[in-house]
Amino acid sequence: MLDRIDTANSLTEIAGVRIELIKRGTGRPLLLLHPAIGIKSTDRVIDELARSFTLIAPSHPGFGRSELPRAMTTVDDLAYFYLDLMEAMDLREVVLAGVSFGGWIAAEIAIKSTERLSHLVLADAVGIKLGGREERDIVDIFTTRQSEVDQLAYHDPKIGAVDHATISDEDAHILFRNREATALFAWSPYMYDPKLAGRLHRIRVPTLVLWGASDHIVSPDYGRAYSALIGGAQFELIEDAGHYPHIERPDLFTRKIVEFVSCS
Amino acid sequence: MKVYSFSEQSYPDAWFDDAESLRVSLPNQHCDPEIASRLYNRYLDEWMLADELGLNIIVNEHHATATCMSASVHLTLAILARQTKRARLLGLGTPIANRNDPLRVAEEMSIIDVISRGRLEMGFIKGVPYEIVPANAKPVHVMDRFWEAHDLILKAMTTHDGPFSWEGEHFQYRSVNIWPRPYQQPHPPVWSSSSSPGSSRALGGRGYVIATVMTGYRAKAVFDEYRNGWKNAGRSQRAPLDRFAYMGFVAVGKSEAEGLRRAELVKSYLQTNTQELSADQHAGGRAVQESTRLHGRERRRQAVSTRGLARPLSPDDDEGRQAAR
Repeated sequence: MLDRIDTANSLTEIAGVRIELIKRGTGRPLLLLHPAIGIKSTDRVIDELARSFTLIAPSHPGFGRSELPRAMTTVDDLAYFYLDLMEAMDLREVVLAGVSFGGWIAAEIAIKSTERLSHLVLADAVGIKLGGREERDIVDIFTTRQSEVDQLAYHDPKIGAVDHATISDEDAHILFRNREATALFAWSPYMYDPKLAGRLHRIRVPTLVLWGASDHIVSPDYGRAYSALIGGAQFELIEDAGHYPHIERPDLFTRKIVEFVSCS
Repeated sequence: MKVYSFSEQSYPDAWFDDAESLRVSLPNQHCDPEIASRLYNRYLDEWMLADELGLNIIVNEHHATATCMSASVHLTLAILARQTKRARLLGLGTPIANRNDPLRVAEEMSIIDVISRGRLEMGFIKGVPYEIVPANAKPVHVMDRFWEAHDLILKAMTTHDGPFSWEGEHFQYRSVNIWPRPYQQPHPPVWSSSSSPGSSRALGGRGYVIATVMTGYRAKAVFDEYRNGWKNAGRSQRAPLDRFAYMGFVAVGKSEAEGLRRAELVKSYLQTNTQELSADQHAGGRAVQESTRLHGRERRRQAVSTRGLARPLSPDDDEGRQAAR
């Protein structure tokens, strides 16, 4: 589907993969890993974070306009790609922040190596299995109507609503690409790695777990349990936000990260 | 020309017009096993008759739906392999990209071929999109999985000197050695379905039978691409007509008006394809058609009150007309 999207001059080759990359601001690097809905350069959180950090916000391989190498099929592959990216860009003392699916990738990175990390931020992160075999921790976006997903994902569903009748062809292609890539990486087990929970103890950098108080895709209780598996992790709710607090409350999302980084 | 008798083995009593979905999520509380048993036996009886009359037989499969109770092509074919005498037995098809175990597919097909004394026609299909949920099959790299499964099945059927190993991207086996081997040598004829030029070319290249369903005027483009693939593979003869299969929907009436009226009813059958849970979850969405929702509650009441009659809907009967609308 990438061939239907204009990628001229918009891609940067990093660690052998041509990806779409937003880089803005100055100061300590913050690597923001987006959720399955992707990231746009017009998202307000970009400017908010760029006021305090050198913000690096890539589109994951397979998402947005980023290439998808045929060999990449798992979240593990994405985690190793970002370890390569931090090395290729020679990023040090990185604040690694991931939202939802991006939080899963961030956790998979941090269990492998925290060598280049100073802090970890997981916001409404998925990636672990907590409930019993007949309970689903995470709403299945593949069998739930989109209108219902929007209701569950946002404190104010109007913010997330996409009018499929009027979006551009390019945006529609990106929307489908994101969905296809999500299926590739998270189809089954759905949105988790059975091994991850048992490896979270390896994370030894200061960790902040943020959770939208109105998240009905993955509950704040899941977030509290996630946080409890990481030594010394701090858990905080973001009011008036659902599953994507960086979209609904970009100001508060940024402030909490800035405060956390400055005092830990 | 060869003619095949086809039935989806439906369960018409649960075709509720107001069901959110007729596929994937329709609760099986709407399936009365007594009625289902009568229906299965009726469909098998019809195929026994088709066999006597000199028709061939097509069996298909879907999952979690009242529109097709055949959840396994191979199970129905296994019964027909034993019960029929002359008919070619076509499964169209086995969704090999959705099967976890292609080796098992090779084994079951070989058994069917041997019991039927070489009457199996093997149909390998990709499967319609809504099958991925009940199959839990990843909807990405489907064709890669399809061709790897295909290659493994054919190698299993044509290898006769003991076990071989298979370490592919999608399937891994330490010891493949099927018993029995197929009756037809080197293997039963292969069919597949296609409605797109790309996959038609691939089928033409391999010389398989291409079947296309309800493609209408697009069928020409689909068949032309097959011929291109056939020629590009270096064959000097034109593709023979027995490589091409078409399934259309036809309504028969005593007059043109009656035929057309019944055709409208047949057309409504296709609307069940859009009556599925995920119908509106995609951008540019395929919305559930309003017409399939008409008379829903009325239909449900009637369906409940006529339990036990166990007959497929006939366009001539009032209930059938309502349900089909």
